[in-house]
Amino acid sequence: MTAKGQGRTAFAYLTPALLVLGGLLAYPIYQLVLISLYDYGQEQVSGGAPLTFLGLGNYQKLLGEQQFWTVLGQTVAFAAVCVVGTLIVGAFLAILATRVRTWVRMTLFLAALGAWSTPAVAGSTIWLFLFDANFGFVNEVLGIQGFSWTFDKWTAFGLVAAQVIWCSFPFVMVTLYAGIKAIPGEVLEAAALDGASAFRTAWSVTLPLLRPIILVVTIQSIIWDFKVFTQIYVMTNGGGIAGRNLVLNVYAYQQAFAASEYGLGAAIGVVMTVLLLVITLFYLRALRRSGEVL
Amino acid sequence: MRLKTLVAVLGVGAVVACAPVQSGPTTTGTDEKTGQLRVWLFDEVNRGPKEAVVKEAISEFQGKHSGVTVDVQYIQVSSRAERFKAAFSDPKSAPDVAEFGNTDLAGYVSAGGFSELDLGSWSESKDLVPTILDTAKVDGKTYGVPWFVGVRALYYRTDVFSELGLKPPATLDEIAPLARQIRQRKPELIGISAGGKYLFAALPFIWANGGDIAKQDGGKYTATIDSAEAKAGVAKYTELIKDDICPPATCAGNGGDASVEAFRAGKAAMTIGGDFNRKSVDASSAAGKYGVVPLPGKTPGSVAPAFAGGNLLGVMKGTQRKTLANEFVQLLASKKYQQKMYTAMGNLPTFGDVQKQVSDSDKFLEPFTKTLQSGTKFVPVTPAWAKIEAQTVLPTMIQEVVTGAKNVDTATADAAKTMNAAFAS
Repeated sequence: MTAKGQGRTAFAYLTPALLVLGGLLAYPIYQLVLISLYDYGQEQVSGGAPLTFLGLGNYQKLLGEQQFWTVLGQTVAFAAVCVVGTLIVGAFLAILATRVRTWVRMTLFLAALGAWSTPAVAGSTIWLFLFDANFGFVNEVLGIQGFSWTFDKWTAFGLVAAQVIWCSFPFVMVTLYAGIKAIPGEVLEAAALDGASAFRTAWSVTLPLLRPIILVVTIQSIIWDFKVFTQIYVMTNGGGIAGRNLVLNVYAYQQAFAASEYGLGAAIGVVMTVLLLVITLFYLRALRRSGEVL
Repeated sequence: MRLKTLVAVLGVGAVVACAPVQSGPTTTGTDEKTGQLRVWLFDEVNRGPKEAVVKEAISEFQGKHSGVTVDVQYIQVSSRAERFKAAFSDPKSAPDVAEFGNTDLAGYVSAGGFSELDLGSWSESKDLVPTILDTAKVDGKTYGVPWFVGVRALYYRTDVFSELGLKPPATLDEIAPLARQIRQRKPELIGISAGGKYLFAALPFIWANGGDIAKQDGGKYTATIDSAEAKAGVAKYTELIKDDICPPATCAGNGGDASVEAFRAGKAAMTIGGDFNRKSVDASSAAGKYGVVPLPGKTPGSVAPAFAGGNLLGVMKGTQRKTLANEFVQLLASKKYQQKMYTAMGNLPTFGDVQKQVSDSDKFLEPFTKTLQSGTKFVPVTPAWAKIEAQTVLPTMIQEVVTGAKNVDTATADAAKTMNAAFAS
């Protein structure tokens, strides 16, 4: 078979997957962009009012809003804290899991899987119970009954961040654990024979070998934590006192979708998608520069 | 390069040529006299008694109209916005008759959801209280029949008041000093349980001071929340959510339910609660040791204008059984069934004479009917209000003042700006 023929056959094999991807990914994004260019409220959806093409009007309105920038800043900072926290906790526990006895590891994994599989709404509510000002277990143990964790902006953000880390570290832990286990024993043995310290082995042997996996879990975490909705919505009662705990997704819901301003909501969605794509691209480029083959 | 340009041009072309979907015209013109009439009513915490009354009305209705069945679906109040939006977007899934909150009316009407009602031929309609019927009107046209009304008044703990030798406040301005005094002498109690998200408790303070949320001028609304009078009201209300009365850490995030909950738990000496809260308070630790008075106005003996909340029954625009739907609305909202609904659920009737009847037989209702009779007020009747509510503009304003993030002047000015933007769109 010629090279050209081969390419064509490969393409034919890929077509079904491409069609599915196109249907599930490209079409919704197309609709999202389209809606973001219109004044599209409930009246327009149900045919009570004509459609007006706004062009970039929704974007102008959004970017001109001071609150949008505040919320965007909060979202980025919040996501950064969550990503770093998730990676540190996940990595630490993954390393721990390779060092402990089987039954300890099993217990650790079961507990982590429990956290992982708890639905976000249920998990958030349970955390709220635990941290309740008057009846919460935590306040009782600390002896600070009456202290409200969700009132102050920073304790509220901290509490939600802790919850997000709690329910997302298991993914990092399990993935990194599998990665560490997949490192050939000979390599580590060779390092040991060369007289490398444990730290040196971790830094110069294990870490580089784990890089592709760390890359994947980091990007995943960035995307997840940037899009946090449930935890903020449930735990801060829709964005905190006077909206000071809003993140982008909750802001979009409150300002646009609950208020039936679908055009504006779609614009926020497009901005978020673009931001995430940019972050991901930068990250990939930075990694490629440092010599990683992707 | 050229290919890229072509793709870009095609892309822009595709975007401009296609438009987001819109559903077609919703009126059908048919008016069938048999078949199934679909009804949406709100689910309640304790739905049994409501369901029994509705069943009675249905069997009366079906007895009168052969070949007609009535199918009732109980929908959740919390997800009503999504349900109604879906019904408006897809008339096939929509009911013929629906119960809905009067604050949602303007938005639903402008979305083309409900049809105008002609109450002229319905003899009972002349006894509907005018200010209550106004909550069912948009631009002078009636789109629903008020099914019941809810107003709020001042609940207070009789045991605490007699222990401290206090009397319920006679004016609005007395509330804060009184509440402060109670908390000083009984630090474990909240003086008055007021919430940062409890808009319907805050509005009477604004109205009693002569202010309002917005004013209508030639069909267009302008925010007046930043007027001197409204600001005075906002200041008076936010004064309550301070450490010496109702600590912000506990109260700033509270809405109506949570505010009343503190009173139920025996942790507050006063709160602003509705006639509809009675059953839950009677089933709490405050049972038997509380009294209710109308929320006082600026002068002794006056009543602060209350928010006239309540639900309406309306006929959906896309219905194929317009006559039947209208008749069912008039039956379920009739004096007879409002009386039954009062007995079953404690819902305050919307007919003047029925109101008098029930309050004569039940002393508890007196402060509420007195509040109703001294004149109620309402939120701006415009689709923009749904937006303002969804964006929590006014609760955010109150919370900003309470937490000290902004002062009254800045917070009200910012809220007015956001509201005006919503009114203009």
